[in-house]
Amino acid sequence: MGALGTIYFYVCALTALAGALSVVIAKNPIRGAMGLLALILSIAGLFLALHAQFLAAIQLIVYAGAIVVLFLFVIMLLGPSAATPSDRRGLATRIFGGGLFGLAGLAGIALVTTAWNAAKHPFPLPEPDASFGGIDAFGSVLFADALVPFEVSSALLMVAVVGAIAVARGRQGVASMSKSEQEVARTTSAPSSSPKAGASGTGVFSHEIHAADPDHAKEPSA
Amino acid sequence: MIPVEHYVLLSSVLFVIGGIGFLVRRNVIVTLMSIEVMLNAANLALVAFNRSRLRHAVEQSAPGASHTGQVFAFFIIAAEAAEVAVGLAIVLSLYRLRRTVRSDEADLLKN
Repeated sequence: MGALGTIYFYVCALTALAGALSVVIAKNPIRGAMGLLALILSIAGLFLALHAQFLAAIQLIVYAGAIVVLFLFVIMLLGPSAATPSDRRGLATRIFGGGLFGLAGLAGIALVTTAWNAAKHPFPLPEPDASFGGIDAFGSVLFADALVPFEVSSALLMVAVVGAIAVARGRQGVASMSKSEQEVARTTSAPSSSPKAGASGTGVFSHEIHAADPDHAKEPSA
Repeated sequence: MIPVEHYVLLSSVLFVIGGIGFLVRRNVIVTLMSIEVMLNAANLALVAFNRSRLRHAVEQSAPGASHTGQVFAFFIIAAEAAEVAVGLAIVLSLYRLRRTVRSDEADLLKN
């Protein structure tokens, strides 16, 4: 188990690093999404090694099954324009910022590593009992101690779904109509200009009704 | 047996890679994916520390303390699903308005 576990860890760790690097480096966002998928799968493997079986399953279902697919949907929807052409404007600033962040991160890692080496003993992971991290143990904690955050997170997800629909649906108002449709909508919305407006011209889709109705569209010019 | 330092080291390297991607890339989709990388790294650290502090939690015999890190990671996954849904909706909306997915061309509030 010892040697096998070590090999398993390093395979997962190298896959995760390669995936993360390809997310950051890839020019084509589809390759980036595939790198993200590799990262997510290997993190799920590491969760299994850490006795978090339920979280590994959730990771596969939510990330690989929903989030990566959502990314791919959007990339496919945008088509070739999802891959932006490279240009060098502001490159120095961005490299400077990224480099500063990377140096700070590496300094933090080095600091923690020296502290660990000074402690001079490794921190081995204790072996938990077999039920640790399974649905029973996890669920009894989730529905007892974390019940309120759990309910709040359901509200968060609902608000996010409503917000995503409201943002992605786009404008349905006057601004999204063509010029002639706008004119029709403006003249028919005035109360006395059109006798038919009250009968058929109200509601969200009234501009479509007026645009589809040829003699009603001609009416303002007559 | 892998000690907890290796997990934390891997997690911090992943976090730094994601942060650099977030700062350097200008494609909004790639930026969102870099945020995913960072949150995954945070999840890994949480779960690894949960496993390593297990004996401590059992000795304290605090009820529910045995899975705190995993429950936290669970909520991070839920919050992240919400973030991606709204973020990609904003990307689509931006593309509809400006025909671009570059974050530096999203200057509708400028001037």
